[in-house]
Amino acid sequence: MYPEKQFISFYTILRKGIVRILRIWPQTLLPSVVTSVLYFAVFGTILGSRIGELDGVPYILFVVPGLVMLAVITNSYIDVATTFFVAKFFSRNIDEILVSPTPPSVIIAGFIASGIIRGMLIGVLVIIVSSFFALPSIAHPFVVLLFLFLSSLVFALAGLINGIYAKSFDGVSIVPTFVLTPLVYLGGVFYSIHSLPPLWQTASLFNPIFYLINGFCYGFLGRSDVSLLKQ
Amino acid sequence: MENALVITDLEKRYAGGTEALKGVSLTVPSGELFALLGPNGAGKTTLIGIITGLVTKTGGKVGVFDIDIEKEPERARAMIGLCGQEINFDPWMKPLDVLVNQAGYYGIPRSVALPRARKLLADLGLAEKNDQIGWRLSGGMKRRLMIARALIHSPKFLILDEPTAGVDVELRRSMWDYLTTLTKGGITILLTTHYLEEAERLAKRVAIINKGEIVANGTMEDILALHDGTAHASGYGGGKLEEVFVQLTSGSTSSSRAT
Repeated sequence: MYPEKQFISFYTILRKGIVRILRIWPQTLLPSVVTSVLYFAVFGTILGSRIGELDGVPYILFVVPGLVMLAVITNSYIDVATTFFVAKFFSRNIDEILVSPTPPSVIIAGFIASGIIRGMLIGVLVIIVSSFFALPSIAHPFVVLLFLFLSSLVFALAGLINGIYAKSFDGVSIVPTFVLTPLVYLGGVFYSIHSLPPLWQTASLFNPIFYLINGFCYGFLGRSDVSLLKQ
Repeated sequence: MENALVITDLEKRYAGGTEALKGVSLTVPSGELFALLGPNGAGKTTLIGIITGLVTKTGGKVGVFDIDIEKEPERARAMIGLCGQEINFDPWMKPLDVLVNQAGYYGIPRSVALPRARKLLADLGLAEKNDQIGWRLSGGMKRRLMIARALIHSPKFLILDEPTAGVDVELRRSMWDYLTTLTKGGITILLTTHYLEEAERLAKRVAIINKGEIVANGTMEDILALHDGTAHASGYGGGKLEEVFVQLTSGSTSSSRAT
């Protein structure tokens, strides 16, 4: 398949994914926005007013990067995992792509790109929502964009692997529910690891999502629990 | 005569140990409608899956217009159109979008695909249904949309896996006419069906597969000549092809006939 034809195929898969995201926006976009509003209201405004500042940052601003990252990670993952799983098991329309000359690399790129778009779109929406509660200043916009993109990419890929190997809907929902969400919560969304006992501080360093949240935190607030470049 | 499909000693053994295909060899001349018949579980869909790249073979060779599907899968797939047994287009999409998207997977730009899709929908009597989402179409319309989707990239070789299953008599006959038009236009068709009168009416050549082996293969006349002249034991008198089919598939015959 010539590169220009590969691009048309890639664009077709991506376009279909984007149309799907926008068509079923109450399922794909709205839940994360509503959840974020609740988080900002409860943790940011109500509890945050009592907590005051954390590491010199008002608490409501402190939680913004983590909540954005939570939405980005789960949405980019779920988008690709469920889309692929449904196309494979239920509508079985994955066959229409598999019988075509589209190479596997282009199929993967198309699905992943759709997941990245959803992840980044959700990230931007949650940032917009957060601005109604506390206007976050963005210290390093390039770092914010880079972490938005890389996080969406990594978790869209992970979602695709899950979608390929899942044998039931449980197999798709287990990872986000029992692995991703706990790791995000324990990655320092609501607290600084400096406030933890030494043992749990060390344990946090083994959580890969901790670094994503901190990188994103650095982009937003100009501070993080660990250095982006060296330990 | 050029061959659209040449299969040599094709084998498929699934992970569980089931041997779906046991050294199948088959040749489909180009420009003809070839019927592949067999009872449920005989290996027809596995065979089609291998030709179209959906199933991995464990042995043998498959060539589509002299292109080895293993060595040049993309070139081979570009020549094949598949209308599978199951309705498997995105049920939330409109017919026109189903076709234009399918064209996109073959690298055909929307500007080219749109007029082609509109013509196919009109040819198959779906022009009025452009604005209706897929799952609201009737069973027959869904089948016709599947055929249109298989034709959107103008394949030279069309594979139809039970395209008329569950379709009423009138629609089935109109689909027969359409398939005849396609073969007259030079498209080779590999048809699997459980309606043997359909094969008898449309196909020049026929192969019967049973338990992963070809048990008969030849022109329709050759196959019908295998009829032993006796009615089926049940007393039911089907068409001649049906009687041959029952003779060949109800026993444990494994040697190829009428080559």
